[in-house]
Amino acid sequence: MIPEVGHFALILALLVALVQGSFPIIGAARGNAVWMGLARPAARAQFLLIAVAFLCLAYAFATMDYSVTYVATNSNSKLPLQYRIAAVWGGHEGSLLLWAMILSIWTVAVSFFSKHLPDAMRARILGVMGLISIGFLLFMLTVSNPFERLIPAAMDGRDLNPLLQDPGMVFHPPMLYMGYVGFSVAFAFAIAALLGGELDAAWARWSRPWTTMAWVFLTAGIMAGSNWAYYELGWGGWWFWDAVENASFMPWLVGTALIHSLAVTEKRGSFKAWTVLLAICAFSLSLLGTFLVRSGVLTSVHAFATDPRRGLFILAFLVVVIGGSLALFAWRAPTIARGGKFDVVSRESFLLANNVLLAVAAISVLFGTLYPLFLDALGLGKISVGPPYFDTVFAPLMAPALFLMGIGPIASWKQAALPELAKRLRWAFGVSVTTAVILPLLLGHWTPMIGLGLFLALWIIGTTVNLVRQRLGGTEQPLVVRIKSTSRSWWGMVIAHLGIAVFTLGVTIVKGFESEIAVRMQTGDVAHLAGYDFTFEGVTEAEGPNYTTSRGQIRITKSGKERTVLAPEKRVYTVQNMPMTEAGISPGIIHDLYASLGEPLDDGAWSVRIYHKPMVEWIWFGCLMMAFGGLLALSDKRYRLKKRTAKQVQ
Amino acid sequence: MAVKARHKRFILIAVGLVLLGLAAMLILNAFKSNMVFFYTPTQVVNGEAPKGTGFRVGGLVLAGSLKRLDDGLTVRFEITDTAKTIPVIYKGILPDLFKEGKGVVAQGKVDADGLFAASEVLAKHDENYMPPEAAEALKRAKEQGSASLELSK
Amino acid sequence: MKRFLLPLVVFLIVMGFLGVGLNLDPREVPSPLVGKAAPTFNLPRLDDPEKKISNKDMLGQVWLFNVWASWCGACREEHPVLVELAKSGAVPVYGMDYKDTRLEARQWLEIGGNPYVASVMDADGRVGIDYGVYGVPETYVIDKAGIIAYKQIGPITEEVLRDKILPLVKRLQAQ
Repeated sequence: MIPEVGHFALILALLVALVQGSFPIIGAARGNAVWMGLARPAARAQFLLIAVAFLCLAYAFATMDYSVTYVATNSNSKLPLQYRIAAVWGGHEGSLLLWAMILSIWTVAVSFFSKHLPDAMRARILGVMGLISIGFLLFMLTVSNPFERLIPAAMDGRDLNPLLQDPGMVFHPPMLYMGYVGFSVAFAFAIAALLGGELDAAWARWSRPWTTMAWVFLTAGIMAGSNWAYYELGWGGWWFWDAVENASFMPWLVGTALIHSLAVTEKRGSFKAWTVLLAICAFSLSLLGTFLVRSGVLTSVHAFATDPRRGLFILAFLVVVIGGSLALFAWRAPTIARGGKFDVVSRESFLLANNVLLAVAAISVLFGTLYPLFLDALGLGKISVGPPYFDTVFAPLMAPALFLMGIGPIASWKQAALPELAKRLRWAFGVSVTTAVILPLLLGHWTPMIGLGLFLALWIIGTTVNLVRQRLGGTEQPLVVRIKSTSRSWWGMVIAHLGIAVFTLGVTIVKGFESEIAVRMQTGDVAHLAGYDFTFEGVTEAEGPNYTTSRGQIRITKSGKERTVLAPEKRVYTVQNMPMTEAGISPGIIHDLYASLGEPLDDGAWSVRIYHKPMVEWIWFGCLMMAFGGLLALSDKRYRLKKRTAKQVQ
Repeated sequence: MAVKARHKRFILIAVGLVLLGLAAMLILNAFKSNMVFFYTPTQVVNGEAPKGTGFRVGGLVLAGSLKRLDDGLTVRFEITDTAKTIPVIYKGILPDLFKEGKGVVAQGKVDADGLFAASEVLAKHDENYMPPEAAEALKRAKEQGSASLELSK
Repeated sequence: MKRFLLPLVVFLIVMGFLGVGLNLDPREVPSPLVGKAAPTFNLPRLDDPEKKISNKDMLGQVWLFNVWASWCGACREEHPVLVELAKSGAVPVYGMDYKDTRLEARQWLEIGGNPYVASVMDADGRVGIDYGVYGVPETYVIDKAGIIAYKQIGPITEEVLRDKILPLVKRLQAQ
């Protein structure tokens, strides 16, 4: 009964979405206030209906209702409750429902925090989001219904993919989707502005906080995914340039470019057409990413054999949404007025360069991800491009971007003087170059890449310190007042940029100085790595709720003093008979010590991998700083102020 | 003044185009030099695979062929597409889903004696599907009607 | 202002490629096995492991060979279609239980109904490899001479059964 309620709620949600996607937009074109007024109640009704559907599916999982196909294929009676809930979005159908759910959350949020917008603008924004929702609900109801019954019911479920049975995986997809889908707001703002022909600075100001919010979620989501891969896959890697990762990284690159170009559009009125295009691209890549990952086309083109209608639907949907908005762009963009002029050396041009570099980087990722797919689809042979391609492309693209990052915030708008900039940055330059040359020599290992990475990280830190000093300099007022009078969005930028520096530092050090060994170990054997002694103290068998595990114990000592004990595991999830590696990690600011079990060899010995990962945690800490910087910018006074004035107006 | 502004704009666009061209070259070049082709065991045995550069080979791990050398970490096994079989050597820890009789994809180089030295061994994280490359290899062997080999030793 | 059309053009080209890719539906590509003799097997029966069945036993009749498993979700989708087909008696269906355990498979047939004249067990998937199984379910139409006439990858839907399989079976039976 409950699954039917969920199914019915989805059908109702589709009807509401049809209303939300049509009347307000037509009403805005005709100036019909009643039709425009339908947008907000429709958005809220849709949210409630999708939430009901979502809860119904969660309920089916919680009560182990194996008469629902989706539950039977993604859960099991032995699966712990928290993973049964996470299993709601563990498969294709459920993750689409999560997508629709999050879209409705964003829509309802826009309906609440858009009181300051003109009626027509708000009606168009909510209408566009309704149109996107129609696509997803139709997709679910026609070819991917999560509530489809299984008659007769299964005795027990096939269990959730063991890879997803991890605390990190409970939060990672919702975070990532909040980011992906969040770009739909920026997209809807851009389309609404194109429809209304009001591409001015106000449009940029309104959509900025939404874009930043989505970017914060996406940053945190990608970070969580990378961290998960690090401890769950047992290979000590934190980024694999895997197609699934690329699918989330492309919107991030374009989203980052969007945040910066929005700033220019708001402050200087330039880049208007470009900003709109970026907003369209960020969301388009999110859509593409969702479908690439969820349709199974990446694991095998043949995945469509299970249901080719899905592939056709996806393709048609992409063509309508992306093609439609790009056509609208081509039609409307020529009417956009030219923005403020700027010099070759100015903050605008530095930001433009940053934008172009980020966009090219996104294109290179797209190319590397899709091209092998094309070849395969066209039957022209099978190729793969691995991490080496992405590594080779990324270093030369990101190095100038990071270098410009140091200059951009210091350069003045419209026109900046090169000699002046050089004078102000010579200390930062000198210090970072010197350190980048000397530090690796002291550590006993110098390569051009280490030098470059260190230089860029220190350069960003140096220029940022310079920037802060300048902003807080002067003596007229006490320091506290000066700090307070600086806007939070400015501090947000500073922290996010420092986050990039911390991230770069982590990547450089871990790539340059990490070490690993793979050894055969018997109880009592000692392995040596990076000055530490790793003593293998044997393996004990244990049982988890739905798996059996061999848990190793590795004692780590340095010059006889005990440091820590690692407990790497080799699990076998019984239902799917799938082995899984759980790494044993001792994290730290200076380094991580990391061990994972390979396989049992004869006479009780095991093959064991041991890794020494210096400063690897800095990578994720840097990402957290970026996300935090975004949050800080969001809490800026000017966004709060607007709400208050909006209330006063009412 | 007007001339100067136009002049500057021209410089900006020219510099931009040159940089974009460089970026495109970089991407295509990196792509070309890092592209890894896929071959079936039959192709490798027939000498169609490149010597000296890396490639991928896929198929099934021949049942009974997995041997561990004395160091406990180097393994030898054979990959078959049911028509031809090639020997593989790999030092390192095998992925969780590596099993005899199951699909596998290995990346590496082939030496003069026809021994494939793998630098990486991949097995997909899904029990029910073979890695697409492995399935492809079997399919091609079938098409040529040369699938004659027994699947175990 | 042609330059604003550029993004649209690029996008449409990309989509065109994807569309071509999708149109190459793997189900439409004739399997290399079609037109060749069905690979030989001699496997124990699911209900009685002592007895064995070979594809040679079916020579002289048109039959369907359906690869299934109790763990396979898509098989459940096609199962009612198979049960209906078995009731109609249009063509005998033999099953191959693929990489499965005997107990679970038999439980499933008891609950879901048994459309098969008989099922054989391919516990290690060896015969599946001979047949080029790479996703379950798959179904083969095999003619009186033991030649594979058609291969269906993925579940049989009512449409596929009505429009493709049954007409083909009729034609083959008339030969």
